[in-house]
Amino acid sequence: MADDATAKNVIPTGSAGAGGKSPEAVKAAAPAATRRSFLASMSWLGLGWVAFTAGTGAALTALGRFMFPNVLFEPPQSFKAGLPNEYSLGVDERWKEKYRVWIIRTEEGFFALSGECTHLGCTPNYFTSEAKFKCPCHGSGFYAAGGKEKIGINFEGPAPRPLERFRIALTDDGQIVVDKSQKFQQEKGEWIDPESFLKI
Amino acid sequence: MEAVKGFINWISDPRWLFLLSVILFFFMFRLRVLWTVKFGIVALIASLAFFGLSMLDKNFRIISTTPDNVPIVGLIFLMAFFTWLSLKQAFDNDDRLRIGQPPKERTERFEKVMVWPDLVYTEFIATVLLGAVLVIWSIVLKAPLEQPSNPTFSPPVMKAPWYFLGLQEMLVYYDPWLAGVVLPGLIIVGLMAIPYIDRNPRGSGYYTFAERKYEIMVFMFGFMILWLLLIVIGTFLRGPNWNFFGPYETWDVAKVTPMVNVNLSEYIWVKILGVGLPNQWFGAKYMGILLRELFGFILVIGYFTALPPVLANRSRLFNGFYKTLGGARYHVMMFLLLAMMTLPIKMILRWTIDLKYIVSIPEWFFNI
Ligand code: FES
Repeated sequence: MADDATAKNVIPTGSAGAGGKSPEAVKAAAPAATRRSFLASMSWLGLGWVAFTAGTGAALTALGRFMFPNVLFEPPQSFKAGLPNEYSLGVDERWKEKYRVWIIRTEEGFFALSGECTHLGCTPNYFTSEAKFKCPCHGSGFYAAGGKEKIGINFEGPAPRPLERFRIALTDDGQIVVDKSQKFQQEKGEWIDPESFLKI
Repeated sequence: MEAVKGFINWISDPRWLFLLSVILFFFMFRLRVLWTVKFGIVALIASLAFFGLSMLDKNFRIISTTPDNVPIVGLIFLMAFFTWLSLKQAFDNDDRLRIGQPPKERTERFEKVMVWPDLVYTEFIATVLLGAVLVIWSIVLKAPLEQPSNPTFSPPVMKAPWYFLGLQEMLVYYDPWLAGVVLPGLIIVGLMAIPYIDRNPRGSGYYTFAERKYEIMVFMFGFMILWLLLIVIGTFLRGPNWNFFGPYETWDVAKVTPMVNVNLSEYIWVKILGVGLPNQWFGAKYMGILLRELFGFILVIGYFTALPPVLANRSRLFNGFYKTLGGARYHVMMFLLLAMMTLPIKMILRWTIDLKYIVSIPEWFFNI
């Protein structure tokens, strides 16, 4: 191995002109490269590699650190949404602007529907007259009426699954509280979970 | 006038437009008359006249003069021109080859010019001209900046930059990881693979169609139909909520196109067999899900594994490919070709039977 490397290293420096000679001849005609000079060149190369790796590593670390900023201007994950009697039947858009959540009241109670399209994450718009949430990006549509089993189900366009729902509960002072950190997905059968629905 | 506009609006519906373009595409290689100077001039005048007349329509004027869309108008004309130019030379050469003459490029004298100053000067002038055009363009047509991004609101007209509109249209028929990751990756890999797959030694250094029919047709189908046509559709024919609008139609945010998309599993288990989805009576865990998608998996796997050998045995054309390319190359080529054809297949299935996904496992984020 070491021999091979020496031979290869030597060829360009061979003053006798290595071209056309057999490998033995090349090796023999290689007095220019001593063990000392070979080791020296190797250690420079090694140093170069170490520096390169360190530099790349540092850049990647800095990039990784960049992904976790010190301050994040994000609304909190859970919020109080007021008293139940402030809501009338149907889709309520008052928290969409801030939290990307629709609060929906049906005959039986409340649930909180996520405003993130399950296709590629645009925010669908609510169309009252057609009773649907329609995503402008690739045209997915989700039911916005039809009771608690149907609202949020994807029926047109490419969205592969229904909109997600968030945990919803009542606080001690009687307000609705929505917790976005816990979500319920219909395709996993989670919409029957009591935490995903607030009976009134 | 209104009737004509109505007809054009109707024919611009992606399904008809796509079908028509595919038919035209395969036809254009047969019509020698298209690739003559006379026809080129007539076509240019006709299309300019069509464009000019259409500008009288308010909606057409708005979409084709929006600064974002101006490059696409240019793209249509440039595309047509360069296709015509290269195919004209190709067909001229084919005529010459047929009567035993060498291709035109071979008869030109091999005259040498200097890099300096000839080439460098030419390039310099081109650079200056292009720079001037870009400066004027950017002054005259303002870059359309919109309000700062807001994750909680997507405006009704959501469009990617024009060069991504083909991808956005593709996303309508696919799950994001396929249309956004796998297929674009395959496009790049496939383009890089062309020199290794193409074993046809002819047509090097001169334009020809007859000697490289399939190579040219496959490439142009992918480029013109599956990429440029989708960009044109995305630019001019997709309006608010990614609904379809004809070129003379007002972009009405409230336009409703009723549509209910259904997965293949539902078609088969519910509508044909009438037994309900297996995950409802077999449990929603692995077996139920896999059984539900059984037919989809068979279709997809069969499409990619059974079709290449069957075609190599049954079709004279593909058998020829198999013989000239050899096994490994043939299978790589077929995989890429079949992957490319999944897009028109899925588009057509969506348009005809409202099919959403062939394999649909939202539980595992896996949809084909
Ligand atoms: S992101 Fe909503 S349809 Fe694609």
